[in-house]
Amino acid sequence: MRLSPDELIFWQYGFIKLNATIVYTWGLMLVMTVGSKTITSKLSTGLERSHWQNILEIIVTGILKQIEDVGLDQPKKYLGFLGTLFLLIAVANLCIIIPGYEPPTGSLSTTAALALCVFVAVPIFGIEEQGIVNYLKSYTEPTIIMLPFNIISEISRTLALAIRLFGNIMSGSMIVAILLTITPFIFPDLMIVLGLLVGMVQAYIFSILATVYIAAATRTSRSRRKTGV
Amino acid sequence: MALDTYSTTIAVASIAVSGITIGIGVIGPAIGEGRAVATALSSLAQQPDASATITRTLFVGLAMIESLAIYCFVVSMILIFANPFWDRALT
Repeated sequence: MRLSPDELIFWQYGFIKLNATIVYTWGLMLVMTVGSKTITSKLSTGLERSHWQNILEIIVTGILKQIEDVGLDQPKKYLGFLGTLFLLIAVANLCIIIPGYEPPTGSLSTTAALALCVFVAVPIFGIEEQGIVNYLKSYTEPTIIMLPFNIISEISRTLALAIRLFGNIMSGSMIVAILLTITPFIFPDLMIVLGLLVGMVQAYIFSILATVYIAAATRTSRSRRKTGV
Repeated sequence: MALDTYSTTIAVASIAVSGITIGIGVIGPAIGEGRAVATALSSLAQQPDASATITRTLFVGLAMIESLAIYCFVVSMILIFANPFWDRALT
């Protein structure tokens, strides 16, 4: 039994391995990029719209509204990063209905990479919003004693992001694999249906947590400025 | 023969401990999630207007609580499928 799609190797030359995680991630990236490129190449502003344009508009405005609800004032600035995270994870998790596909989010390397993106992006957005001094000062709030704990929390929440997504998706595919050996006809399908729900919820949670972290990093100084302290 | 008993001990210990890990480790998050959902339901019944905020906060909180159970699950999976002591036992 495989713990992750990393162990399914399609092609190997020396130490260069092409495993299922890489292949499926690049396949998803190809489908999503080419798909959105072809859809957005013929956008219309009138009332006559294609179905695909409507779908994309629903998705984009929905993500924008969610980002704004969390407390970021200019959601369009963060749409590129957070929307990409959400769409990649959601599509990667929803594609488990395709036979023979294994979700690349069920590999710890993918989720660790995504969590590291959040880990890097939060200080970048924070520094961009409030300057490097103010951002670094936010680590010493409320007192200087909290400095090591703030740094630990920064690292541990990155770890939690990675392990949470990995554990949920990996457990889903593992339960299906175990059930296939016990009751091979109906129950694996039911678990796949449950896996669709779990995958969607996890994509939502991953992106909403990234949004919350970015909001926390960008908000501190503005509220301070407002109160004049 | 000695090698056999050594690896058997490791196998028995890792299987038993992984079961204990997931069994005990899930108790706390289960109680926590139950309490969180119960409180969120009562506040939804009291203030249906704030349902969007309550639901989002509930999801984020549930994810935080659930990650504890996921840690236990990952640890037990590592013990069963990727036990670091296997290599030492087999060489």
